[in-house]
Amino acid sequence: MHYSDSEIMALAAGRFVSDGDIIFAGTGVAMLAATTAKRIYAPKAVVFFETGGIDPALTEIPMAVADLRVMSGTCLNSGLIEAFSIVGHRRLRTIAFLGAAQIDKYGNLNTTMIGDYHRPKKRFPGSGGAADAASLASGFIAFMKHEKKRFVEKLDYLTSVGWYRGGDSRQKLGLKRGGPIAVVTDLGVMKFDPDTKAMYLAEYYPGVTIEQIRENTGFALDTSKAQEAKEPTNEELRILREEVDPQRLICMAR
Amino acid sequence: MNIYPEIANKLMTLEEAVRRFIRDGSQIALGGFTVTRNPMAIIYEIVRQRVRDIHLVCHSNGQALDVLIGAGCVKRLEIAYGGNGRYAPTCIRFQKAIERGEIEFEDYSNYQMSLRFLAGALGMPFIPTKSGLGSDLLNEEGFSPEVREEPKVANRKYEIIRNPFNREKEDVILLPALTPDVAILHAQYVGEDGTVRIKGLTFADGEQAKAADRVIVTCEEIVPRSSIRLDPDQNTLPPFFIDAIIKVPYGAHPTGCFTFYDYDPVHLNHYKKAAGDDDLFKEYLDEWVYGVGSHEEYIEKIGEERLLAIKADPILGYTPGLERK
Repeated sequence: MHYSDSEIMALAAGRFVSDGDIIFAGTGVAMLAATTAKRIYAPKAVVFFETGGIDPALTEIPMAVADLRVMSGTCLNSGLIEAFSIVGHRRLRTIAFLGAAQIDKYGNLNTTMIGDYHRPKKRFPGSGGAADAASLASGFIAFMKHEKKRFVEKLDYLTSVGWYRGGDSRQKLGLKRGGPIAVVTDLGVMKFDPDTKAMYLAEYYPGVTIEQIRENTGFALDTSKAQEAKEPTNEELRILREEVDPQRLICMAR
Repeated sequence: MNIYPEIANKLMTLEEAVRRFIRDGSQIALGGFTVTRNPMAIIYEIVRQRVRDIHLVCHSNGQALDVLIGAGCVKRLEIAYGGNGRYAPTCIRFQKAIERGEIEFEDYSNYQMSLRFLAGALGMPFIPTKSGLGSDLLNEEGFSPEVREEPKVANRKYEIIRNPFNREKEDVILLPALTPDVAILHAQYVGEDGTVRIKGLTFADGEQAKAADRVIVTCEEIVPRSSIRLDPDQNTLPPFFIDAIIKVPYGAHPTGCFTFYDYDPVHLNHYKKAAGDDDLFKEYLDEWVYGVGSHEEYIEKIGEERLLAIKADPILGYTPGLERK
């Protein structure tokens, strides 16, 4: 069965969402995954955006968190202050879907730059709402291209706090809830040890080897608990292609 | 004869608004967010008047930010995000300017910047949050100690205090308020009484406007008092915050304007290509900004075909089926 990296990533991430969850969606594959979660796995989940759009119809896939499509058919259109009152709300289970350029073994993310901060080799857009969602949401799922240069021992810049330095260090910072739940890549799904908070391989996609994942990870990764992931079903792929992203704006991209 | 007597002293041209309210070195907050409701018409006028040394304060800015930086108008930046969705995951001239060391910059997050505007709007000197604890948003400082001495720059990026209301140790970040010299925003409607109505998401436009010393509003339409006051729940800002009003249909192009028009993928792709190369970018500015005498001329240059292609469905608010690749 043929499917693109974006497609298997969207489906793998979607399975982490339950009815009643509030999903904070970032851009790109994160956007596809958020929409997929609602259409396939958790119809009573709510997708919302840091820009203030709450529960849009999503008949067409938005290409940015400020896309006019996130304002259409919503239950409420508001603004950034209101959106962040939802992300961190104590009554809500909010899950953020975030992309990043670099990740470390405790799930901390870099979306700011590579090199020296003041004169970077490569500059990225910056935090946007990612640092906020990582700080305040009940949890987050990171989307990464699985490459050694992206899975690094030390981030060039820590934009969004994950499990910080492992163990209970996140709590000690004063962040009372949240933290990374999983990392979804084009090779598999990583989770975090409940005690040490170190990343481990949970699933590898059909056709991918554990060795391949080790080779593409820049730090030691526990693979002892790894299992092969289920193939996407025809029905899952059909919904993804025909209903979530009928224009194939994100689906077919690598 | 002036048909809008109530706002006669505020109605003006883009040229006049920039000349009267924007100076070299002004601190400016831009309305909109990445690909939506950027006040582009007035941005082009700022570029044409060759305003220099602007200090931009932004949450997530896109096209307007990139054009201003690319045209050499910006000296200093406080920002959470410079991106334009699919068309430039990182804003291209913004990226080049930082990598080449051409502008002073300081990173915050969207929530942090929104809170700083809110603090400015409420007249609070600073505002607490826990968002960003442990991150390099706190560990890395972009501005030098010399820059921190300058007017309109806070003397520190942030401060961490212990929550005074908690018996247990709990760290809280304090962020300095922002009170920009000017806020510029593009709205769908202004009433003939000066009331502003933004349709769709307001982002932090309201907080930015109330935090600023002066507010310039460009709009798609000026509508009768009876119409803007028919459904006042829909309105965003009362008239007394607004200093200048300019009617500029398609004033956010090539970014989108909910219920009026979608973002223009053809133009944004063209821009992306131009922005990636210094010479092409110069040609782009010559063709689309310096070489265009007025907003009317700009609209004519885009052409009826593009304008029809991006015309929004008034109910959905966007353009269904728009070719967006």
